[in-house]
Amino acid sequence: MSAIKISFEHVRKEFSVRGENGGGLRRFTALEDITLDVRAGEFLALVGPSGCGKSTLLDLLGGLAVPTSGRILLDGRPIAGPARDRGIVFQQYALFPWRTAAQNVEFGLDIAGLKARERRDRARHYLDLVGLAAFADRYPHELSGGMKQRVAIARSLAYDPEVLLMDEPFAALDAQTRETLQSELLRIWRTTGKTIVFITHGIDEAVVLGQRVAIMTSRPGRIKEVIDVPEELHSETEDVRSLPIFGKTRHEVWSLLREEVLKTQQGQSPGNAEAPRADEAERELVHV
Amino acid sequence: MSSLEMLALLEMAQGRPLIHGQELRGQERDQAFSRRESLRLAGRWLIGFGKRSLLVLALLALWEVVPRLGLADPAFLPPFSDVIAAGWQLAQSGELYDDVAASLLRALSGFLISVVFIVPLGLAVGWYARLGDLLNQIIEVCRNTAPLALLPVFILLLGIGELSKITMVIYSCAWPLLLNTIAAVKQVDPLLVKSARTMGASPQQLFRKVILPAALPTIFVGVRLASASAMLVLVASEMVGAKAGLGYLIIYSQYSFLIPQMYFGILGITVIGLTFNAVLEALERRLMRWKAAV
Repeated sequence: MSAIKISFEHVRKEFSVRGENGGGLRRFTALEDITLDVRAGEFLALVGPSGCGKSTLLDLLGGLAVPTSGRILLDGRPIAGPARDRGIVFQQYALFPWRTAAQNVEFGLDIAGLKARERRDRARHYLDLVGLAAFADRYPHELSGGMKQRVAIARSLAYDPEVLLMDEPFAALDAQTRETLQSELLRIWRTTGKTIVFITHGIDEAVVLGQRVAIMTSRPGRIKEVIDVPEELHSETEDVRSLPIFGKTRHEVWSLLREEVLKTQQGQSPGNAEAPRADEAERELVHV
Repeated sequence: MSSLEMLALLEMAQGRPLIHGQELRGQERDQAFSRRESLRLAGRWLIGFGKRSLLVLALLALWEVVPRLGLADPAFLPPFSDVIAAGWQLAQSGELYDDVAASLLRALSGFLISVVFIVPLGLAVGWYARLGDLLNQIIEVCRNTAPLALLPVFILLLGIGELSKITMVIYSCAWPLLLNTIAAVKQVDPLLVKSARTMGASPQQLFRKVILPAALPTIFVGVRLASASAMLVLVASEMVGAKAGLGYLIIYSQYSFLIPQMYFGILGITVIGLTFNAVLEALERRLMRWKAAV
């Protein structure tokens, strides 16, 4: 059993939101009593129905927001704002359009005050790691979605964070590119030994990538259950999706998630009959 | 594969025979070819230019023909060639140089002073929300007071010399610059800011490395609008009270019934406007090479 890297202790996050019809402010609980440990070097996938507060959790972890109560420890110390010990990869890439791929990768190093020469060397190394060495001088608008996300991953790795936080990074990509990037991410994870927290709403993706899958409840988000993904599913050589154990694990996550999707929809449309609601839930689950 | 076959393949790849004697002729042919090629390119460029300028050329032709055919009174609308001839005389007497120099000096100094002071102000207002709240109303009031309406005020307070004209130009440039710069800072994609913050950027680094480059395209919209506004206001103020300048040339020529000369003054303003725009466009292309071609 390896050491605990990140530890959520009874984390709760509330927001003030304007009520419907422009009414007064009311409190809105996004996360409720999140308690979860992430081990050093672990790949943890986090799934939950849409609007369950996954991204809020990531903001807290990134230090961009502060929990209303409870605390998040990184290596036993509470998180105090953003820092380069955590790298975030966003769904929408967030590349700087005025910088070339290499200059984007250099951004964090630039902020850290590294010399131009070392920045260049490191940028080249990490672009190479994500297979984009030949595209170093391209601007983001000249790259495909998959390539942009590779650049973003290289950028986050370049300043050598201990933890990589990924917020649905492959959700905007087509299925084929997504699968390629998934296996590349696993390769990068194995070579770099980073701790990765990977947020997704795709069940397959969670099972293929995660050593453990944490399932969140519908709003307010809690950790419903954490499932261990069998070791066989992380084979580098086999088509893991065709293994029977994959289907079994996937079904386990699916059943847990289905209850939550149903709950979300009950919340959204209180007047509906049971049957159509179940239908909708099925449809939403097909998408994920 | 025989060596002959190899040779044939190489020839095919290079598109010309490889035997020595023939190669020389091949070079000559290449030269002729490149000459022909460059001629063809020049021709194509000329045709392209002609196509794009077709309407402008037609307008000038119409201008030449209509007075000559007596469809318009040549006293009020002299043919284009007469206008150019009048301009040539003006240029030779040195009068033209004085007027153009006076106008350019006023427009450029006012425009540049405005850019140097107003863009940083706009950046500050956009960046510090509280400063924005404080200044918002006064900006709205001033912006909606047409600069030309204030011309008499500037003349009363600052006299009819250079000071009032340059102040007019500064004032009229200020609003498009200020509003576009504020909007530019506010429109910066929050995700880029968030991303930079997660990489530990300090507020100064955030401003220098994210806000400024991200805001530049919209700031440039303001710069282009300001340059147009500078010319407009300048001409008007030169018409009201000045001893030199293109606006003065136009109004003075009209009073003296030197109509071809008046038209030439108008053309001068068009040319200055086009030049300004071309310079700014070139600058914009240089600064924003990273943008997708539209």
